[in-house]
Amino acid sequence: MLKFIKHNLEGIDGVEIYPIISLLLFFIVFVSMLIFVFKLPKRSIEEKSQLPLESDLTINEFNHE
Amino acid sequence: MEKEQFYYDNKIIKMFLWATILWGVVGMLVGLIVALLFVFPGLLEFAGSDNAISWLSFGRLRPLHTNAVIFAFVGNGIFMGIYYSMQRLLKTRMFNDVLSRIHFWGWQTIIVAAAITLPLGLTSSKEYAELEWPIDIMVVLIWVVFGVNMIGTILKRRQRHIYVAIWFYIATLITVAVLYIFNNLEMPITGFKSYSVYSGVQDALVQWWYGHNAVAFFLTTPVLGLMYYFVPKVANRPVYSYRLSIIHFWTLIFLYIWAGPHHLLYTALPEWAQNLGTVFSVMLIFPSWGGMINGLLTLRGAWDKVRENPVLKFFVVAITGYGMATFEGPMLSFKNVNAIGHYTDWIVGHVHVGALAWNGFMIAGIVYWLAAKLWKTELYSKKLANTHFWLGTLGILIYAIPLYIAGFTQALMWKDFNPDGTLVYGNFLETVTQIIPMYAMRAVGGTLYLTGFLILGYNIIMTAKQGSPVEDELAEAAPLKKITGGRIAGEGFHTWLERKTVLFTILTTVAVLIGGLVEIVPMILVKSNVPTITSVKPYSPLELEGRDIYIREGCNNCHSQMIRPFRSEVERYGEYSKAGEFVYDYPFLWGSKRTGPDVHRLGGKYNDNWHFNHMIDPRSTSPGSIMPRYPWLVKNTLNASDLEAKMKGLVIVGVPYTEEDIQGAKAALVAQAKEIENNLRQDPEYVANYGSSNIQTKEIVALIAYLQRLGTDIKAEGNETALK
Repeated sequence: MLKFIKHNLEGIDGVEIYPIISLLLFFIVFVSMLIFVFKLPKRSIEEKSQLPLESDLTINEFNHE
Repeated sequence: MEKEQFYYDNKIIKMFLWATILWGVVGMLVGLIVALLFVFPGLLEFAGSDNAISWLSFGRLRPLHTNAVIFAFVGNGIFMGIYYSMQRLLKTRMFNDVLSRIHFWGWQTIIVAAAITLPLGLTSSKEYAELEWPIDIMVVLIWVVFGVNMIGTILKRRQRHIYVAIWFYIATLITVAVLYIFNNLEMPITGFKSYSVYSGVQDALVQWWYGHNAVAFFLTTPVLGLMYYFVPKVANRPVYSYRLSIIHFWTLIFLYIWAGPHHLLYTALPEWAQNLGTVFSVMLIFPSWGGMINGLLTLRGAWDKVRENPVLKFFVVAITGYGMATFEGPMLSFKNVNAIGHYTDWIVGHVHVGALAWNGFMIAGIVYWLAAKLWKTELYSKKLANTHFWLGTLGILIYAIPLYIAGFTQALMWKDFNPDGTLVYGNFLETVTQIIPMYAMRAVGGTLYLTGFLILGYNIIMTAKQGSPVEDELAEAAPLKKITGGRIAGEGFHTWLERKTVLFTILTTVAVLIGGLVEIVPMILVKSNVPTITSVKPYSPLELEGRDIYIREGCNNCHSQMIRPFRSEVERYGEYSKAGEFVYDYPFLWGSKRTGPDVHRLGGKYNDNWHFNHMIDPRSTSPGSIMPRYPWLVKNTLNASDLEAKMKGLVIVGVPYTEEDIQGAKAALVAQAKEIENNLRQDPEYVANYGSSNIQTKEIVALIAYLQRLGTDIKAEGNETALK
């Protein structure tokens, strides 16, 4: 696949480094996201996943119009 | 802490709910009508075939169907769900009631404007972005109103943490804005006519970058947000894995934006961009299926509820449909599979699994659930909801399966060779008549689905009648304590990020922009991406007018102008299409579906009389054709009053018309029209019937001029080379 990209962009100086940078960027972003997600404390995860369920705080209803 | 009392705005949700039902019926009904046109092409010719009504022809109604279903039905549906869930998740009323109302009525005005302009043929021709520039501006303004209202609500929340559903809403807000603006950059010519600022290959890339992400960020991410709120809510248990939902979110929005070029595989788009699209599309299966699994497994241990609760039934089929469509998408992005599926009805089947199952059923489930909540009552009839469910499910199957069969059948017929190297089905029409029964079945499936939806409408009206008309709902919650903007002790990074709305929004924007930039910037900046062909010249004034008629009539809805480099296509249509041939195509008209044959090399294939007769009655030249008749083209006088403005506008975006070209445009137009009239007069039958009708001043002549020009420039180059 790289040959197609390089062929079209070969006019740019030092273009060989671009695919490597992008691969690294991808890799780092995804891996760090995974690490952050798995490091999240269980308590906060549970708290947040309850949000849709606890949002019915309606105390009473009436038409105030 | 002291609790504050406040009211949820339920009125706005009801407004969006009724709009969802109304536009759902309209959009699906138009869909059914266009489906029937495949089987009965003369269905809407009420006043006789010679008096067919222009605004009821397929090419104009099809964009009306797609826009109505996407922006009117699903659009109102997601706003309904967003306004309900945001208020509850953030424990506050919407930021501003006036903004909510402007959003609602503005959106309905846009829909009505679309419903009027599209049948009138006022279209930019770019799929799902057909609306002309004044309406585009209105869309952007209303979207900003929605955005301000949404961000304002988030900022005045009483809940520190922002639930994952709301991230999906934020991503929707940002990305749709970016996509819509960049794909609709147009050069206005008159009040309702504009040309895309991009041409040919670049226009195609920008369009499908938009088109694919309209699916991603209008039909998928907001609906996923709704899934993450309403499925746990209705099942009364938390989402299966909140961790998975975070991974789902970031991966999905990051990968989706790159996948657009898979709509352009084997076209004249540079191969590197095609491959980029394929790679990212294949990767997309992971977040998509992660999301599907997360949704379905939320029901773990609660499957007994699915048997009793029609709302959950709708959700289960919807999420399954999401899984099917997002499996099919990556598969269709493999070039070898795409070679079969592209341009066929397989794609139509594929998108309808997404639209009917994922969008339609998700929204139906939410409507049923909300109706009971909003009117403080039980659903009028559970039995009717179940009937809707089964009619809808059967409808989806009877819709999709025949189209899969039709797609494969036609693709195989297109590629079938005799041992001597000629095509088995050299006449394209044979491959159409073969699948008419499948089109008929598709219409049956659509009828079932629409019937089910009408039952929903009845059920909701009855529910509203029996319920109480509460418009505002009193609630109470403690206000947020002010805390530091930085991370507090023991707070994880993502937890911190979630409460920093603005930073979160910026990061989301960055994630979605990278893909677009990598694809589009090199396409526009790197010259070698579009090799120039010296013999390719701008359109003549008459051809330009003809091209605008082609756009007005929506010919691109059924005819592609992109011959792929396959032996079967070169054999059938001629030399495959080159990127350089489209440099003056503002906008590009490659099309995405071949209900009729490709027309890129149509120029010179038939004589002018053939085109003339074919437009008046396609069945006179091509027995069994399902193309609409265009009798008005012979009656309408060509209005070339904007010709100079059009050419000047095109000069600004990059067409090299000279000052003389523009000054002599009217004369050149008349001369070319005269020439075509003379050609037509060679047929005695034409002279007998139309000899005194002054046809050279009619629209048909311009269209013939354009059709005869199509794909011929490159042939001129062939001649030059031969001479050398």
